[in-house]
Amino acid sequence: MPIAVEIPKEKWTGRIREITLGATADEGGTRKKTVTVGGESTLPFLTFEGEIPNPPVVALEIQDRYPDDWSTVLKDAWGDVLNDPAAWATRAEEYGADIIALKLQSAHTEGDNTDAAHAVDTVKSVLAATGLPLIVYGPGQPEKDNEVLVAVAEATTGERIALGNCEDKNYRTIVAAALANNHLVIAKSPIDVNLAKQLNILISDMRLELDRILMDPTTGALGYGLEYVYSVMERLRIAGLTGDKMTQQPMICTVGEEAWRTKESKVNEGVPTAWGDWERRSKNWEALTATTLLQSGADIVVLRHPESVARVKETVASLLAQ
Amino acid sequence: MGLSGLQIYKLLPKTNCKECGFPTCLAFGMKLAAKQVELSACPYVSEEAKAQLAAASVPPIRLVTIGTGDKKVEVGNETVLFRHEKTFFHQPGLFVRLKDTLALPEFEAAVEQVRDYSVERVGILLGVDGIAIENASGDAATFAKYVAAARAKMEQPFVLIASDATAMDRALEQTDGSAPLIYAATADNWKEMADLATKHKAPLAVRADGDLSALAELAEQVKSAGVENIVLDPGARKPHDTLVVLTQLRRLALKSNFRPLGYPIVTFPGEDFESEEDEVVLAAQHIAKYAGVIVLNHFDPAAIYPLLALRQNIFTDPQKPIQVSPGLYEVNNPTPDSPLLVTTNFSLTYFSVAGEVEGSGKPSWLLIADAEGMSVLTGWAAGKFDAEKIAKSVKQFDVLGKISHKKIVIPGLVSVISGELEEELPGWDILVGPREAIDIPTYLKTWN
Repeated sequence: MPIAVEIPKEKWTGRIREITLGATADEGGTRKKTVTVGGESTLPFLTFEGEIPNPPVVALEIQDRYPDDWSTVLKDAWGDVLNDPAAWATRAEEYGADIIALKLQSAHTEGDNTDAAHAVDTVKSVLAATGLPLIVYGPGQPEKDNEVLVAVAEATTGERIALGNCEDKNYRTIVAAALANNHLVIAKSPIDVNLAKQLNILISDMRLELDRILMDPTTGALGYGLEYVYSVMERLRIAGLTGDKMTQQPMICTVGEEAWRTKESKVNEGVPTAWGDWERRSKNWEALTATTLLQSGADIVVLRHPESVARVKETVASLLAQ
Repeated sequence: MGLSGLQIYKLLPKTNCKECGFPTCLAFGMKLAAKQVELSACPYVSEEAKAQLAAASVPPIRLVTIGTGDKKVEVGNETVLFRHEKTFFHQPGLFVRLKDTLALPEFEAAVEQVRDYSVERVGILLGVDGIAIENASGDAATFAKYVAAARAKMEQPFVLIASDATAMDRALEQTDGSAPLIYAATADNWKEMADLATKHKAPLAVRADGDLSALAELAEQVKSAGVENIVLDPGARKPHDTLVVLTQLRRLALKSNFRPLGYPIVTFPGEDFESEEDEVVLAAQHIAKYAGVIVLNHFDPAAIYPLLALRQNIFTDPQKPIQVSPGLYEVNNPTPDSPLLVTTNFSLTYFSVAGEVEGSGKPSWLLIADAEGMSVLTGWAAGKFDAEKIAKSVKQFDVLGKISHKKIVIPGLVSVISGELEEELPGWDILVGPREAIDIPTYLKTWN
């Protein structure tokens, strides 16, 4: 006797917002292609009960100075281009990145402390070197972020660059610059559903449309808080699909930065032999952090290792292949 | 799913006789629902009600034990789809597949490698749970010989993979009643396999590819043959297919309370992939989304270690975060004049701070106060990480016996306590550090 099995299906009422990064010449920018993320009406990859019009995408992180604090596994993989952000961007595009995530690290006051004009020159050289949409991060210091990001926003009007990061203590200046120059913003909150939602509300109160706000729930690497962000992202995604308008932003995770900061990725001396081969281990560390967060709703993962791009993109494709 | 107090009340005598010790049958029902009393406290409950209540208390996903003794693996008995809803209880067993076509010395070396693999994270020892031995030779005597050889080497549980019941029987004879998972009963051999599971008191996997109705039927058949400890293989192997079917099975058990498929699931992430790189990514998916037993084709510490870390992350109870032991920790080989920083024993806080201090390269002392596993702000708000606690930790862990100065850096998030701490630690300089761990390296550069 065959047994009747009725598969329980979720009927979500909400949908994640679609957000387009980059603008072509027709749209007021100079990008050769744009990237649209979001639009899901189902949990990650569960296409049997909803739609995933835009598969998650991969950004590769580049910096505007030689990243001397990076793992040698990364430095060896990239080689000479690390000295030149434009060449680095071109190489990243060749490796299959969908988006270039440029961090203006040289502006850090404890580092080279470069100025806004330098930041503008760098961004322009990267825009010239690649046809992909851009994410531009400041050095992560509120005053300096404002200084360089405002200048970059004004010098690249219409490009729909995602400017990061907006945080609860420092978002107004960056949001205003995005608003005035047709860019997007990344709203970063510290692994907390309510704070993420609140920041989206604060930013949209400044009249920036919700389809110009990406949400960064703060990434924890595998073994270093991954489970917290995993669950916060699942809760945010379920809230969005249930109809909470202020949690329907696509999510971006800075996987590479976190995964390659761990001891497992950075160090090969004095570590247990049970950790295994350094290069394979550290690449797995980034790949597993990325693919696990894709399972909890990441729309953009920002990676560092060139090989991770193909690996994560193949994973996304295989998770959508029916 | 358990019944509510009201649902239980309907099954009770409704006489309010008070002999159970509660004023009304409804009050007793409420206590039953909260699992605070036993049904046997009611002298008048009917046999029918007993049966119904017993059935309702059966977990929606059966707990299945593989192996015996200290090394046994318990899987199943999950109650939620998302870990934030409560927690995931039983982490999936990780098994490494070895074939009986390997040369025997090579096979034995591989068994030892799996047996001896162990790695520490957050103070907890992690390892692989056992091996899966496959009758790839097709020969019953060879299979039995390899299983016996493995049994002689390790106590960890086995998964035995063979389609021929005779070969399975001979292998099971070599396992000393250690309850390996028998893989697998199919439409063709389920009667013989079910008999073996009964005879050897071993759990049994049932496999039906691509058809949950056939899988449910097969599970019911082996159950009616007396096998209760069942593991499901729905036959899916690819990433999308396994995500969908494992999600559907978890939902059927939890949301539909569908008994015929209320069992843990076995997956084989390496069967559809040649490369180890692909296998580890799919195994990671199966850890997060809903496997009970994972059989890997590759054994590489560089892949096993991240998988074990992931399994530990996903199966940590969100309500009971992992804590580190309070104490005075050395980072980068500090000397008596190195900086002293204090934070809480919440594992994430500890690892964030320790990671940044270590990454800065600056030799430092890290004082970890017992904040009962709370983060800095939560601990401060709850009175578990205040001036008094920090001062107590300084004395408790003999900080002045290790360092030659009296300067302590507190987290920027609790800068408000610096005044109180000055009173608690007379003669000390209270320095306010950064609010976020990530700013510690910059801060330490300025420390002198």
